[in-house]
Amino acid sequence: MIVKLARYVGEFKKYALLTPVFVCLECVFEVLIPYLMSHIIDRGVSVGNSGYTLRMGLLLIGLAVLSIAAGVTAARFSTNAASGFARNIRAAMFHKVQEYSFANIDKFSTSSIITRMTTDVNNIMQAFVMSLRIATRAPLMMIVAMVFAFSVNAKLALIYLCAVPVLGAAIFIIFRTAFPMFERVFKAYDGLNEVVQENLAGIRVVKSYVKEDHEREKFGKASELIYRLFMKAERLMSFNMPIMQLVMYTCQILICWFGAKFIISGTMSTGQLTSIVAYAGMILAGLMMLGMVMVVISIAQASGARAIELLEEESAIQDPEDPVMEVADGSIVFEHVNFSYSGDETKNVLTDVNLRIPSGYTVGILGGTGSSKSTLVQMIPRLYDVGSGRVLVGGVDVRDYDLTVLRDAVAMVLQKNELFSGTVSENLRWGNENATDEELREACRLAQADEFVSAMPEGYDTVITRGGTNVSGGQKQRLCIARALVKRPKILILDDSTSAVDTATEAAIRAGFREYIPETTKLIIAQRISSVQDCDMIVVIDEGHINGVGTHDELMATNAIYREVYYSQQKGGEQ
Amino acid sequence: MPPVPRGMSAAMPKSKDAGKTLKRIIGYLMQYKFRLLLVLLCIIVSAYAAARSSLFLKTLIDDYVTPMVEHYTSELMAGMIRSILLLAAVFLAGVVSTFLYNRLMIPVGQGILKKVRDQMFDKMEQLPIRYFDVNAHGDIMSRYTNDTDTMRQMIAQTIPQLMNSVVSVVVLLVSMISVSIWLTLVTLCFTALNLFISTKVGGLSGRYFVSQQAQLGDLNGYVEEMINGQKVIKVFNREEKTIETFDAKNNALRESARKAFFISSMVMPVVMNMGYVQYAVLAIVGGAMAIGGVGGITIGAIVSFLQLSRNFNRPIDMIGQQVSAIVMALAGAERIFRLMDEEPEQDGGTITLVRAKYDMTGEKLLETPELTDIWAWKIPQEDGTFEYRRLTGDIRLNHVDFGYVPDKQVLYDIDIYAEPGQKVAFVGHTGAGKTTITNLLNRFYDIQGGSITYDGIDITDICKSDLRRSLGVILQDVNLFTGTVMENIRYGRQDATDEECIAAAKLANADSFIRVLPQGYQTVLAGDGSGLSQGQRQLIAIARAAVADPPVLIMDEATSSIDTRTESIVQKGMDGLMYGRTVFVIAHRLSTVQNADVIMVIDAGHIIERGNHEQLIAKRGQYYRLYTGAFELE
Repeated sequence: MIVKLARYVGEFKKYALLTPVFVCLECVFEVLIPYLMSHIIDRGVSVGNSGYTLRMGLLLIGLAVLSIAAGVTAARFSTNAASGFARNIRAAMFHKVQEYSFANIDKFSTSSIITRMTTDVNNIMQAFVMSLRIATRAPLMMIVAMVFAFSVNAKLALIYLCAVPVLGAAIFIIFRTAFPMFERVFKAYDGLNEVVQENLAGIRVVKSYVKEDHEREKFGKASELIYRLFMKAERLMSFNMPIMQLVMYTCQILICWFGAKFIISGTMSTGQLTSIVAYAGMILAGLMMLGMVMVVISIAQASGARAIELLEEESAIQDPEDPVMEVADGSIVFEHVNFSYSGDETKNVLTDVNLRIPSGYTVGILGGTGSSKSTLVQMIPRLYDVGSGRVLVGGVDVRDYDLTVLRDAVAMVLQKNELFSGTVSENLRWGNENATDEELREACRLAQADEFVSAMPEGYDTVITRGGTNVSGGQKQRLCIARALVKRPKILILDDSTSAVDTATEAAIRAGFREYIPETTKLIIAQRISSVQDCDMIVVIDEGHINGVGTHDELMATNAIYREVYYSQQKGGEQ
Repeated sequence: MPPVPRGMSAAMPKSKDAGKTLKRIIGYLMQYKFRLLLVLLCIIVSAYAAARSSLFLKTLIDDYVTPMVEHYTSELMAGMIRSILLLAAVFLAGVVSTFLYNRLMIPVGQGILKKVRDQMFDKMEQLPIRYFDVNAHGDIMSRYTNDTDTMRQMIAQTIPQLMNSVVSVVVLLVSMISVSIWLTLVTLCFTALNLFISTKVGGLSGRYFVSQQAQLGDLNGYVEEMINGQKVIKVFNREEKTIETFDAKNNALRESARKAFFISSMVMPVVMNMGYVQYAVLAIVGGAMAIGGVGGITIGAIVSFLQLSRNFNRPIDMIGQQVSAIVMALAGAERIFRLMDEEPEQDGGTITLVRAKYDMTGEKLLETPELTDIWAWKIPQEDGTFEYRRLTGDIRLNHVDFGYVPDKQVLYDIDIYAEPGQKVAFVGHTGAGKTTITNLLNRFYDIQGGSITYDGIDITDICKSDLRRSLGVILQDVNLFTGTVMENIRYGRQDATDEECIAAAKLANADSFIRVLPQGYQTVLAGDGSGLSQGQRQLIAIARAAVADPPVLIMDEATSSIDTRTESIVQKGMDGLMYGRTVFVIAHRLSTVQNADVIMVIDAGHIIERGNHEQLIAKRGQYYRLYTGAFELE
């Protein structure tokens, strides 16, 4: 996993590699300082050599300044590397998502993609910084401090050598046991948050059904679980500090005892004892830091795995080797098309679909909730690939086209459609970057949107807020249709795109289509019979099968479902 | 290891009334006062032991080692052994104390946390709908996550650490002064310098962090918008354009993140190395003093002073960090308390709803624990007895005026008479006030003028929970809860049997799709049932209302996402459900409301037309225009 992620350090490799160098330098200075200290005490203070004390003292200050310089440089390089690394990962993820097909997008939910790009990247970056600086620093500090301690007095240093593994093992065991517990605490927190979230979203339901007590009970249970798990985890962690202190104090007493004996017997100086004690602090601090790094890295591990999962997802739809670069006309043919979202043939949502649509036809598609109408039309711009059989556009299999060429020729207004923050014009130009203002206006007139856009205070420069919340549902649908028209497509697909538009306006839109874009093939998915009644051809879909094809009159005569839908909408009758 | 909070809190909010908030937290702490007294004792012992460890070197060197180097005596040796043993005892006490106070604090922190959480949720459930209208859900949510977590850290970690730091500082300061007042002064100068640097740098990095957070918010917002519209991007071949904008924002974020992190990671090396400079300066000054014989300083004294001064720096730095952590936590705590202090929903009602049956004579209503299909209002009388009035579902709105905010009226002089068993429909534009009317019936909001009566009783006299129990509500946006399908249906009535739930599902025509779910009725719906289509969710909501079996039903766009063919199938079940009940229906599909007894056309808070379908068509007014499609409705 580390290798896979390390790739994204990219051009910041230089900084990433230089950071440990400067961290090392910083460490060396830091360890050298107590070493010099012992000399100051032994050769300066003890023997009353004030010149020596001053010289060495100044040298010490000089070293400290160098150490600061090294530390700051290390900080500079590490932050450079880390922020660059985070940027690269985020960019790689976002670029990857842009390559995704619909099938890939369905697989990861929107919110999960967003968390991966935010929280997870942040965790990875934290771990990266930690690894660059502290993970180099801590062990190095320990080793260097140990080496110096040995050079000062090998016998006393042996005490550390015994203490470190004991303490290391203790900390390791505590963290290893505590970590899964904290993970459970996190999970429990997720459970609690879920209750709160659902209560916030559904407060009207809770109050309507007078379920406050029921919800309190649910929350209480989740709260209690956190309490218990957290207590357990913290109880374990409470051993941490005392164990550290125990080992540290034991070391100190041993050092005092043996150190004193050595001094008395003349094999060691007072100054040496001081520096040995100082090294103790460094070694222990190093161990503590290592423990911290371990925690951060293990948290980041899960995040890293999630990021890689997203990065390694192969787009289900690839461009062909030698693509066809032009779409001849708007004819559409389905030949024995089968399709399932999971790829499992027993769960086909489209079964043996055969359909021939001549170029320039207006086709209505009708079917109940979940009858796979949308799935059918999404095969045309190759948003999904067929399971078996084939789909031809302009006489060529859609899989043989260059994707951009195909999708430029097929305009689709999705059921769940989005406008983006920006002006009306900017939104419309999604269809064609180079469209003139007049072309935009033209498209809007056709989509019956020109009137209300012109009536807005800023007209075509009116800013649409995020998610298009400042236009009504019907207006949004009409703008989305206009946006698709700006493309001047060979095929136009409206997936239930006029549900919030009243019937009169909808009829005007259809009339405009007939008059102004007669050569474009138009596919209209609708729930209202009135929306499709006058189409050249109506397709009735039921549970993934084509149930009937024909004109309104033909279907009224032959198709039971069509008739049933017709009557369900006519109930009450026109006067 | 503190659990790392998920997601960073946006900015560092400042507490408005820190003193009051602190007092309240102390109030929570006071329940544990004896325990906390013990904790304080342990902390003192622990800090004393830590201070002793650095002071001991001086005693050892000056009192025993140096004399013994010159002249070894067994008394001195025995004295040294004794003092080392004494030190060992102090250390042991220190270790035990550390363990004890850490251990003792756990139930305090977790206990308070649980209490705060529970109290907060308890309060939240009592708050009026209005509160949820004006407060962003993410904001309320963060009180359960970020704010409680910072509060836990404050109580469980920061406060004891702060106590520890303060005790250490005092002990160390006293020890340092006892060794040498002059060297102490030198140390204090460095302390001041250090504090100055860290606050300066801290302020600077704080500024960069704010701009980093802004960039991050900008990028996240962009990602969210684009990922939400990802399918549109694909359909329009906009991938490259989108990437371009993303890259620009991503680079901007990197730049400000780099600055913010650089400044903040500079603090550690600077402060640490300043410690070494201090070390060197003390050695030079101390050495000079020792050589010059000024201030009666010995070598042992310098050695242990150097140790003391290094130990002194640590708690000083810590106190700075801890204080700012507390300030931040107080801001969070204040947000928690503000939620707890919100005015709960008022309920002055005394009339309750009970199941009833007629006595032998068939005249008088009696309260009964049986599940009869007769409901009655239990009205307390002045003499302490109760009057029972049968619930029939006669609901009247008389001259009702209402506005969500006082100076913005949304309903004007609304008069509605719903007779028992009638189906009353509301049609009109989005924002005309249809949903508002139904929200007044169950007292989500209280009216400003006029009155609403239920079987002749003013609804403000009815206990709110009983009023709501009598009204079944099906909303357009269906909220399902994590749990099985069965549990979600049972949400309508907790004591409903599986058979009753399944019968309700059949009535709503939901049974057929539920059966083909992976585990049928036992399929767990996670994340608000996101795997189901909107239409399927609406069918479950209908089943849920059917299980509740309320005398009066309110359906707000309850079938809007169900296609007309399915709707006409559900309709049969719905007709069964509605039979004999007073029903309020809001729908934008006119076929849904056509068979209503009364249709009210609402426009801008006024009822502009009323009558049944035939009457309204004959009238050739607004309803007629809607029906013939000459008018846009959303």
